[in-house]
Amino acid sequence: MTSPRTLYDKIWDAHVVEEQQSGNSLIYIDRHIIHEVTSPQAFEGLRLAGRGLRRKDAILAVPDHNVPTTPDRATRVDSIESKTQLDALERNCREFDVDYIPMMDARQGIVHIVGPEQGFTLPGTTIVCGDSHTSTHGAFGALAFGIGTSEVEHVMATQTLILKRSKNLRIDVSGELGIGVTAKDVALAVIGTIGTAGGTGSVIEFTGSAIKGLSMEGRMTLCNMAIEGGARAGLVEPDEKTYEYIKGKPKAPKGAQFEMAVNYWNSLKSDDGALYDKEVFIDAADIVPQVTWGTSPQDVLPITGYVPNPADAKDADQKASIERSLDYMGLAPGTKLTDVKVDKVFIGSCTNGRIEDMRAVAKVVEGRKVNVAEALIVPGSGLVKLQAEEEGLDKIFIEAGFDWREPGCSMCLAMNADKLLPGERCASTSNRNFEGRQGPKSRTHLVSPAMAAAAAITGHLTDIREL
Amino acid sequence: MDKFKSIRAVAAPLPMINVDTDMIIPQNHLRTIERTGLGKFAFSNIRYNDDGSEREDFVLNKPAYRNAQILITGENFGCGSSREHAPWALKDFGIRCIIAPSFADIFYGNCFKNGILPIKLPQEIIDDLMKDAEHGANAVFTVDLENLEITRPDGQVIKFEVDAFRQHCLVNGLDDIGLTMAKGEKISAFEEKQKAQQPWLYK
Ligand code: SF4
Repeated sequence: MTSPRTLYDKIWDAHVVEEQQSGNSLIYIDRHIIHEVTSPQAFEGLRLAGRGLRRKDAILAVPDHNVPTTPDRATRVDSIESKTQLDALERNCREFDVDYIPMMDARQGIVHIVGPEQGFTLPGTTIVCGDSHTSTHGAFGALAFGIGTSEVEHVMATQTLILKRSKNLRIDVSGELGIGVTAKDVALAVIGTIGTAGGTGSVIEFTGSAIKGLSMEGRMTLCNMAIEGGARAGLVEPDEKTYEYIKGKPKAPKGAQFEMAVNYWNSLKSDDGALYDKEVFIDAADIVPQVTWGTSPQDVLPITGYVPNPADAKDADQKASIERSLDYMGLAPGTKLTDVKVDKVFIGSCTNGRIEDMRAVAKVVEGRKVNVAEALIVPGSGLVKLQAEEEGLDKIFIEAGFDWREPGCSMCLAMNADKLLPGERCASTSNRNFEGRQGPKSRTHLVSPAMAAAAAITGHLTDIREL
Repeated sequence: MDKFKSIRAVAAPLPMINVDTDMIIPQNHLRTIERTGLGKFAFSNIRYNDDGSEREDFVLNKPAYRNAQILITGENFGCGSSREHAPWALKDFGIRCIIAPSFADIFYGNCFKNGILPIKLPQEIIDDLMKDAEHGANAVFTVDLENLEITRPDGQVIKFEVDAFRQHCLVNGLDDIGLTMAKGEKISAFEEKQKAQQPWLYK
């Protein structure tokens, strides 16, 4: 009898092509998603070495980071360099015969939203993309992680990666989430608990009744941010909700193959007694809506809190880091978080750009008016956009004063024209509040969609439960 | 890939924790289809003033450290985005070795693929090295990857550890794609087996 294994161990074991002497393993990669920013140098590398793609049917390409989000996107060029990257992706996909979703296609969107929507993301698979938030796909019980461009090239040429087994970190969130508390708040609370390096070297498996209770969208939001906790990947075991989501998606298995697949997917569970290297238990009832105050996702507090004082830091490094963050963020210690005024609001990204997020925002802003200089709402994909418009959500947004855009990464990383001006403060549903993330000298407060919507209405950080 | 056997160079102190890849190279410099030429953008948000002039207080702008090839820095270096533009920018600037208490996983791996050696050492040792590095042009270290040794400016030798495969590739400048392609048959055998069990993964 084999000893009890975790979900991660099972997926890993099923993908070992070869154990190598150095303690590394050659791991087979089932799915590869590419976009315009991290793939051009990989294609160039293949060309220079005279190599081809090992498996064309295992790659999906879609532009997202650089695309304009305004209605005139078909003809608009924000920068020559962006256009060069977008053109290069199209050219490379044609040359190497890769399945490519062009910018003007209704299915276009952010890689991590498109993969699941197309049924390309499946349980038990290994999925990579030259983007750290590939962890998102772990919501389906897939081992999904971000890689650099050299590894993108390695996968293109060999369909494998040389990897070392990660540690198993279990984060259990049990009990009931309170009113107004979402998957995003769980994600931020987890990072606040373990820190941005807490998951380094590990894959996180999220377990517990509060996780089981999340929708697929919510699980994606949670796994999306596993990387912000330093983990290479996040995992949730697949269940009926997962299968329900996948069923009927364009690239998902059909008919008898679907039944066969579900049979296999049902085995993707951590065995009783499986050992984790570390376990963290969080009571769902303890989580309140979260907001970040600093320049790292671990700089997070309940919305009921106050901006921290560097004098309370545990050591000199931390003190210097808090001082630097507060200076950058333009915040005084002791300020009540709900007193912090925001200039702009951004709703979107691979963290919170799905239909459920759009609905949550609509619920808050319906019949109200925004009270900030700019409120941008960017659906994560063309399909999310269509669905939202079918439900009439776009009208609610526009009526309230939101700018309803075309899909893309947009102000999550501000590589296109959507960015904050220096010094501007934004309540954002994205995943990173690093210095300069939303434009040079931009100030970001990470929140859930409902909290971002509330801030748009009141003009300051707001406890959604009080609105 | 460039080989890394041993280097003797100035080390620059960067006593910051959680230096993220957005800081190493901001997003507005990612719009390239080349791997080269990014050195001028390394750390650009903290290296230059708004008018493009250099900030005197940034360590790599100081005369003593302009040719530094080693960085001594704080925990969780390279966190955030998977962008390989980060090591490309550092390498193009001239950095060949980064010494820190810990690194983010993806960045750590990306370094090896680009001829940069990331070295993990305990915080107490980093504290000592950081003090050494503060001595400007005299902060000359030797980093020897073949023997896994750092020689401090005062001659003291510190041992470090690196995964043997990565060491082998970096010391010899090997392209691991070529090495893996030699295992084509094993990969094909895996695919045959998987295809029989999970046909839905193949078209
Ligand atoms: S939305 Fe943001 S985090 Fe997600 S893939 Fe795009 S840039 Fe990366």
